[in-house]
Amino acid sequence: MSMRTPLKEVRRLGSAKEGADHFWLQRLTGASNLILVVFLIGLTVSLVGADHATVKATIAHPLVALLLILFLVSAAIHMRIGMQVIIEDYVHGEGAKIVLLMLNTFFAIAVAAAGGLSVLKLSFGG
Amino acid sequence: MAEANAKRGSTAARPLSPHLQVYSLEVNMVMSILHRITGAALYVGTVLVAWVLVAAASGPDAFAYVTGLLGTWPGLFVLFGYTWALLHHLVGGVRHFLWDTGRGYDIASIDLLSWATLGVSVGLTLLIWGYVLLSAGGVDL
Repeated sequence: MSMRTPLKEVRRLGSAKEGADHFWLQRLTGASNLILVVFLIGLTVSLVGADHATVKATIAHPLVALLLILFLVSAAIHMRIGMQVIIEDYVHGEGAKIVLLMLNTFFAIAVAAAGGLSVLKLSFGG
Repeated sequence: MAEANAKRGSTAARPLSPHLQVYSLEVNMVMSILHRITGAALYVGTVLVAWVLVAAASGPDAFAYVTGLLGTWPGLFVLFGYTWALLHHLVGGVRHFLWDTGRGYDIASIDLLSWATLGVSVGLTLLIWGYVLLSAGGVDL
């Protein structure tokens, strides 16, 4: 029989059983970012001074498009968790914190979606 | 959660842990702070990546407009800063991976790894920009 009172559950202070999830996801996306950022830098450097047609043709290559989309998704997840930690560290008002955490998620998804849609358009669009 | 915590325990004025200004500045502490700052900067910086991609997808005119802006001195300054922030956060991340394995926690290693993080990130940034500026396809200034 547990000696703990149910009060901690009411106060939402009990274990959420998800303590290591963010830690692991940050390492996982950190590792994928490591590879994808090296690719992104290489791609960017190779396209310095290139005209629009060249850039479009390069991004339309299936492998380049795939890696760009993987980068956008991986970076969005990584930065969302990272910014969540920053918000939780510095914003103590409950209302402001919830609003900022929502905006944080919206921002991460919006950036990844805008970039991803553009890559798809460059790949499939006329 | 914060309200729930605030209601617990007494309101006695307990001593607070020492604040930043009483610590002497250590290199690992600076690298830790820089890791967070560069992370936050990169968060904003992803807008730049998405912006360039959206412009490229919008057509030659939009793309020329964005690359024109990025080719100005302020634009290049932002790109240079973005390159360093990206590499510093990346190299710092590798250092954290090493620490995750439980290695490199003695003071000498921590100092060395911290200085190495700064040295490698600055070195790689200068290498990349040197290559871009000096190579045939260099930036038109």
